[in-house]
Amino acid sequence: MNEFSYAGEVTKRPKESPTLRELTSYVYFRENIAGVQREWWYHRFGCEVWFQAERDTRTNDVLLTEIAAPTARAGTAGPQEAAIPDTPTV
Amino acid sequence: MRLPPQPDERIDRTQEVVFTFREKPVRAFRGDTFGSALFADGQRVFSRSFKYHRPRGLLCCSGSCPNCMMTIDGTPNVRVCAEPVREGAHVTPQNVLGSLEHDLLAVTDKIGGPFTPVGFYYRTMIRPRRAWPLYEKFLRNVAGLGRIDPHAERSDRYDTEHRHAEVLVIGASEAGVARATELAEQGRHVVLVDENGSAPEIPGVEVIAPGRALGIWEGGLVPVDAGNVLYRYRVEQIVVAAGAIEQPLVFPGNDLVGVMLPEAVRRLVDDWAIRPGQRAVVVTVDENGREAAARLKRIGVEIGGVYDLRRERIREIVGRGRKGVLRSVELDGRRIDCDLLVMSGGRQPAYSLLAQAGARVEYVPESGAFLPTEIPEGIEAVGSVAGEGLSAAIPAATYNGASGKGKCFVCVCEDVTDKDLKRAIAEGFDSLELAKRYTTVTMGPCQGRLCHVPSIRVFARENETDPGTIGTTTARPPWGPVTLGVLAGRPHEPAQRSSIHHRHKELGGRMMWTGTWRRPHSYGDVEAEVQAVHGAVGLIDVSTLGKLLVIGPDAAEFLERLYPNRFGDMKAGRIRYAVLNTDAGRIMDDGTIARLSEDAYYVTTTSTGAGAVVEWFEWWNAVWGMDVQIADITGALAAVNVAGPRARELMSRLTDLDVSNEALSYLDARQGKIAGVPSLVLRIGFVGELGYELHFPSPYGEFVWDTILERGEDLGIRPFGLEPQRILRLEKMHILVGQDTDSESNVIEANMPWIVKFDKDDFVGKWALEHVQARGPREQLVGFEMEDGRVPPEGGQVVIKERRPVGRITSARWSPELRKVIGMAWVPPELARDGAEFFVTIDGGFDKAHVRLTPFFDPQGERLRS
Repeated sequence: MNEFSYAGEVTKRPKESPTLRELTSYVYFRENIAGVQREWWYHRFGCEVWFQAERDTRTNDVLLTEIAAPTARAGTAGPQEAAIPDTPTV
Repeated sequence: MRLPPQPDERIDRTQEVVFTFREKPVRAFRGDTFGSALFADGQRVFSRSFKYHRPRGLLCCSGSCPNCMMTIDGTPNVRVCAEPVREGAHVTPQNVLGSLEHDLLAVTDKIGGPFTPVGFYYRTMIRPRRAWPLYEKFLRNVAGLGRIDPHAERSDRYDTEHRHAEVLVIGASEAGVARATELAEQGRHVVLVDENGSAPEIPGVEVIAPGRALGIWEGGLVPVDAGNVLYRYRVEQIVVAAGAIEQPLVFPGNDLVGVMLPEAVRRLVDDWAIRPGQRAVVVTVDENGREAAARLKRIGVEIGGVYDLRRERIREIVGRGRKGVLRSVELDGRRIDCDLLVMSGGRQPAYSLLAQAGARVEYVPESGAFLPTEIPEGIEAVGSVAGEGLSAAIPAATYNGASGKGKCFVCVCEDVTDKDLKRAIAEGFDSLELAKRYTTVTMGPCQGRLCHVPSIRVFARENETDPGTIGTTTARPPWGPVTLGVLAGRPHEPAQRSSIHHRHKELGGRMMWTGTWRRPHSYGDVEAEVQAVHGAVGLIDVSTLGKLLVIGPDAAEFLERLYPNRFGDMKAGRIRYAVLNTDAGRIMDDGTIARLSEDAYYVTTTSTGAGAVVEWFEWWNAVWGMDVQIADITGALAAVNVAGPRARELMSRLTDLDVSNEALSYLDARQGKIAGVPSLVLRIGFVGELGYELHFPSPYGEFVWDTILERGEDLGIRPFGLEPQRILRLEKMHILVGQDTDSESNVIEANMPWIVKFDKDDFVGKWALEHVQARGPREQLVGFEMEDGRVPPEGGQVVIKERRPVGRITSARWSPELRKVIGMAWVPPELARDGAEFFVTIDGGFDKAHVRLTPFFDPQGERLRS
């Protein structure tokens, strides 16, 4: 249990009707930067707000945190994968 | 057999402790370990080695090496040299066929040598393939350590505990104790752990001994193995005072019984007042060996010679023995009789924990040791682990490449010799990391404590370079062996209970875990509970469902973007089934969505999914910024489901709402009072009968539950649990997310294409589902019924004629209503037609099954809608 939960790199959700290649790259591929990376974080046991952070993956230093400005539609930075349950959920 | 009282001895000669060894009583004193008592009793051979079954005796006497591992009271692999004696304990040797002195399996040492080089089983036992099970059985019998009795009763309880402290000091060495004292005096909350259980009391410091720090993780997390409990420490500052470990010399016969490290001599003499031998020879590269010689002399052991390799040049050391017990040592051909050979190959700082925490490890030629540098913030190293007080050593002399006069062990845990390492190098495993994996050197119970440095030295010599160039292998947790019990200890998991929980217990409910919830499996009679729902009326607590309110001008559009179906065109007071997907098109959760008014929706989720769904909603809205509020009211509301042909009659007794089929039809939602309690009534059915789901403030849980049971008594009402519900939903082929679906499943292949509205602009998962639609299904979720009555295992295989596995079973139950075994399975598309045949594996046999695409029970849904 951690107060803050990490939800991966900030990715760019494609604009409408991506090719299979674009879709696959958006859904499955990550930059995995050794350096400063922009990430999603959630203050799970706290104010329950989603925010973005810039973190150096080599040193684990967090350089910046901010609440992302929302954007109206697709083609924006979007959440990616949620944990999919592997045990019965009902 | 004991020496006269020694100045600092640990034993209390007035208190006798008796235990049995091989069924014979052994007398010990309080303060003894099992190992010291057995040694004092005359025992010299303590174990048989892993692979060659060579006799092994006390070597390190400080809990590092595997030589003294025995089984105590059924617990295998206990290092008896470090385990304090207990009255009445039963100690038995392990990995032995016969006795320690005459182990029949020792034949592997005699004939096995040339035939059993490292990795031999990768090469020699591969053909014929079907014979592998035989080989494997043989190998498992002759190799290995202690055995676990699979029929043993559980004797211990293990726990996990989360703790916090300001400072954790690891190691009660002189430096560790000093630093702990200093920090405690500064008013810090200090905890000191030591793996050998010999820590002194320090005012203001909490001492855990024995307690082994298993590793250092990010954020100051240090798990400490304290026997029956694993403490997960979170600390601000870590002080590593793990000390330095004496290293053996590598020469033929270095594993004979009677070859010891200086620390073993010190403990035997000083702590337990035992004479380690009659005539001793010392070969050393540092002061430790000389100190041991002085100590032995003081108690009257005859000294056959002290050879300090810093001053004397000795090319060849060979230990000679009979039946594995040291008789003499040959130094450059000169033979000296002795029954004790003290070897000292220098001390190596126990840097492993520091390296795990991120420190770099550097070779210091002057001391022939590896030292930690660049120690990360929040961690400090004190004492000999940081290199303090290491005497200068001559590492070159610790291994002369001399072999051929007997086995020359680098690793006593895994029986790896210098020859094995040379062979690995010759075969191309020229990096130590690779050779480690191939030969298993450093991978045994000592975790490299006694073999890591020797293996580097052999490697350096064979590659004609220095240890600094060879470098160390990656340090990984755990730092020392851990019992499985400690790792599997009970964690402190929160249990969630519904507000009706105590009624379930009073009614005889057998409680089970579903995620973090406690729910009744059944109330004792699964079949009767199923029959009550089909024949009269049943009542189930569904308070565990996730319950969210989504309110705001954008609520409809928000849900339409998240789910594949439509919600904007729903009238207030209507309900739709909804499946939540990820952008990869995978099923994440399911539930129902009721429109309460123009801009308010009531969303239910699976029992364990509520938290994840709320986070998911909030996440997307952090991007979209829509005008919508999401409230998780799961805990605020209780919910029950009243289901069965007589449910309407019962409802009419509970409420003033018009519950006729015309006024409250299938998939209608109404707000009104149930038993006087303001409620939301949803006419939905997870089970296949007329049903009403009632959601109301949870403080009324027991009251509403009691009232419903009371008013329904003459209708034949029965509470039903989760298991009957699973049978009932299976009869309707209603899926259980996470049971019938997994992380690969999508709604199209899960047979719910009707739920996806591709004409919507966009929704999460749309593109991936479009792709699935275009490529066509690769597998499909179908129902099946068995030809005869055996229930296949969930997760079992779907097999076709040629006995080729093509799919898997996700659910299977005996349905008392249908009088047959039904289930659901993922099958290839060509099998997804009504009546298609396949086989399922049950107990190694094959039973025939037939595919069904429509619900087994009430396929037209007439009862649901009645």
